[in-house]
Amino acid sequence: MKKLINDPANVISDALLGFAAAHPELRVDHENRIVVRGDAPVRGKVGLVSGGGSGHEPLHAGFVGPGMLDAACAGEVFTSPVPDQMVAATQAVDGGAGVLHIVKNYTGDIMNFELAAEMVAADSGTQVVSVVIDDDVAVQDSLYTAGRRGVGATVLVEKIAGAAAEEGRPLDQVAEVARKVNSYARSMGLALTSCTVPAAGKPTFDLPEGEMEVGIGIHGEPGRRRVPVAPAAEIAEMLVGPILSDLDFTGGDGVIAFVNGMGATPLIELYLMFNEVSQLLAKAGIPVARSLVGPYITSLDMAGCSVTLLKADDELLRLWDAPVRTPALRKGV
Amino acid sequence: MDTEALTAWIREFARLIALNKAELTELDSAIGDGDHGANMDRGLQAVVAVLDAEPQETPSALFKKVGMTLISKVGGASGPLYGTAFLRMAAAAGEQADLAKVLRAGLDGVVARGKAGLGDKTMVDALSPAVDVLEAGGTMRAAADAAGRGRDATIPLIARKGRASYLGERSAGHADPGATSVTLLLTAAATTLGDAG
Repeated sequence: MKKLINDPANVISDALLGFAAAHPELRVDHENRIVVRGDAPVRGKVGLVSGGGSGHEPLHAGFVGPGMLDAACAGEVFTSPVPDQMVAATQAVDGGAGVLHIVKNYTGDIMNFELAAEMVAADSGTQVVSVVIDDDVAVQDSLYTAGRRGVGATVLVEKIAGAAAEEGRPLDQVAEVARKVNSYARSMGLALTSCTVPAAGKPTFDLPEGEMEVGIGIHGEPGRRRVPVAPAAEIAEMLVGPILSDLDFTGGDGVIAFVNGMGATPLIELYLMFNEVSQLLAKAGIPVARSLVGPYITSLDMAGCSVTLLKADDELLRLWDAPVRTPALRKGV
Repeated sequence: MDTEALTAWIREFARLIALNKAELTELDSAIGDGDHGANMDRGLQAVVAVLDAEPQETPSALFKKVGMTLISKVGGASGPLYGTAFLRMAAAAGEQADLAKVLRAGLDGVVARGKAGLGDKTMVDALSPAVDVLEAGGTMRAAADAAGRGRDATIPLIARKGRASYLGERSAGHADPGATSVTLLLTAAATTLGDAG
């Protein structure tokens, strides 16, 4: 294992120290491992809290700031944070209009956020609503599994619901926007290599040179199948095909197309992939209304990418275009 | 059942988890994310430290303290599941804790939180048969044996809950780590609580 770390046991605390030093505009609570918007709580604004296992950076802490999240909780690598962190984050961002929890659909995340919401309800008058993100079309047997995983759509939900909250909309409407984004978004990912969890010191799974895993999760969960490495044009078809057959993307105002890097894939390859994806969409008669290209929800040092498509309408595009100022996403400011 | 004996049970559970940490991690690496041993050990070491500092006066206070500490320290899915089990056990324990009743409440908590049923390859597969034995008047040793059989019966199963479920058929052939740690909980009870039912 070659990594830029000191002690594998301190990777998260050490990284949070760096995050705090680089972003003095945000508050970092090192004891609770939460990152909070500098001016929180914002009076009268719905607070947005997300969080999850570490290793997906910039998700979630990199999206804390005006126009997006109010707070993010960092768990151990690929392990859900604990309810105490979520309770502390919720209390820190409650400006009197309630708090939205944005939860990726993983068993641990669901249960810990559920407990946190129960603890907040028992302790205070803060109103909490949770929205679960489950956009990964790679999971086919939803009946016999923990259900579809939350992946790329999480970034889009945090941006768009964040804009809705910034406009001063009430909690139920912000939650509705978040659910709408989740229901209109689909994702599919692919791994060229495994990732290596610092504490484990060795790759999570074996993926021989010359093979790739299609439908991978962001923690190295297995995908739909393992196939020989193929040209980007064919990979794009393997990712876009299942997305388009899961939801009808035609007939709207086009899509927000998001090509995401898994952590170790360079931007030049992501742009090359974006070209392949946009050609496939053109062929399918689906206009690309907006785009996002880059590593935004990663899996440590895994090489590969994911594609997320969000069926857009006027409201979603307007909220997507609204100003945002966070470490990892900035526009209109 | 007095609080002192119940405290000894929890300490023995912590000892068995530490002793079997590597095995739990290995089982979890095969079908999960490889952190069950480390997470449970971190949580139970914290429980032991809390009990050293603040000995609890009643079964209910003891179980509540254990539950809250596990929820705060374990994370993942096992933190909320074990934590909820102990909080429900706290609610069910009176001054004279009836273990069959208490463990039934714990099982109900696990089922409510995790929404798993028998045969989903989870903690429930070991805990449920153990509670059945206690309710039928069996000894704690017999309950621990039933948990062990339940754990072994998870080996051929295909997981339907948690991260293991994404493996589909590849999850068969390994015992469930949660059912394995539950068996340690019951084994610790058999050792420390004797034949009390």
